[in-house]
Amino acid sequence: MKIKDLRLLLWGVAMTLGVSPAVDAADGKLIATAGLIQVEGSGGGGIVPWATLAGYDTQEQTSASAGVTQVNLRDYRLTTYAAAVSFYDRIEVGVAQQRFDLKSLGGEIKQDIFSAKYRVYGDVIYTSLPQISVGVQHKRLKDEAIANLLGASDTTGTDFFVAATKVHLGAIAGYNAIWNVTARATKANEMGLLGFGGADNDDYELMLEASVGMLLSRNIAVGMEYRTKPDNLGLGESHWRDYFISYIPTKQFNVTLAWADLGKIAGAPEQRGLYVSLSGQLW
Amino acid sequence: MKVVLTAILFLVLQGCASHNLTVYEQLGGRSKVTEIVDNFITQIEYDEVMFAYFEDSNITRFKEKMVEHICVITGGGCTYSGDSMERVHTGMNIPERDFNHAVDLLIAAMNDAQVPHRLQNKVLATMAPSRSEIIYR
Repeated sequence: MKIKDLRLLLWGVAMTLGVSPAVDAADGKLIATAGLIQVEGSGGGGIVPWATLAGYDTQEQTSASAGVTQVNLRDYRLTTYAAAVSFYDRIEVGVAQQRFDLKSLGGEIKQDIFSAKYRVYGDVIYTSLPQISVGVQHKRLKDEAIANLLGASDTTGTDFFVAATKVHLGAIAGYNAIWNVTARATKANEMGLLGFGGADNDDYELMLEASVGMLLSRNIAVGMEYRTKPDNLGLGESHWRDYFISYIPTKQFNVTLAWADLGKIAGAPEQRGLYVSLSGQLW
Repeated sequence: MKVVLTAILFLVLQGCASHNLTVYEQLGGRSKVTEIVDNFITQIEYDEVMFAYFEDSNITRFKEKMVEHICVITGGGCTYSGDSMERVHTGMNIPERDFNHAVDLLIAAMNDAQVPHRLQNKVLATMAPSRSEIIYR
């Protein structure tokens, strides 16, 4: 880990730990039932945006969350800094910056993501049908050279998704179970880090993403995720998967470790590694 | 992957083994339910937000009806003699925040009564459907 990254990581920890014991923090949801912040800055799991919002706000509350995520792969390292504000358990607005460190080739690709999510229906625990949200992620590449080199059609793009998430109380031998299914319309190559569209395909494609998990206690969740991806550049872009464990000691702070298998990225195969994410609620 | 699926299958089968017993029986019947309700009332007494809802309540009656109510919904075969959930909570205009806070206190009450995590979830599952009869009324 580079010194700069370490400093930023520590800053993230300090932010989440230091600012968190705010007096009127949103605490209306049950612990471990708010979303975490996923790798593109939306409330969700690790690699999949969920229908849940990022914070613990209920219909009377607002909340702000921030987090830092790092995925260390064989040839690359992805770091995401993200912040999200949720209003009245209805709307979530987020900003994120991704830094994709090309460890083997040298260099870095930065991308900014502006996201919004609207809860259309339901409560993740209490309604018999799942909670359903729609969302957008608008992505702007700041370093365009590699996307252009690989033949991407565009360096900005917008993903649209609809997500359904449900917690089943006591469903697996008394343990609470959670599942999420997301359908995403996207042109993004590797989330947009390699641009949008390409020689093989230049249209929006519908991609399915899913997560399943189990809460082993009020504070520990384990599960797995799967995310299908298009292959617009003809580089054999892989579907993604991860196996995660989250520790959620308080509503103000959580940490997630995962084993992520991101397959082939820009022609380099076997990109697997440890995913570490820290996030917290500022109010 | 196989390990995870096997583990889930094992847990589901293990769960089936206790399906012959009602949640009420798994809890240990009336004495444990009474202990949970006692603990819940103690939680409320020390909680500013919740206590406000109970200022004009007859706590003895509340306790009796809540024990009965839990008995009924957990399959204990009691007869509930109180008013409907909807009627009890109408006029209180309980926001979602306070409802969820009450659930937090109930979990604390079950923790204090040494109810195991998995059994707590089963109790919560029996209560979850009544949320719509309680909030914003």
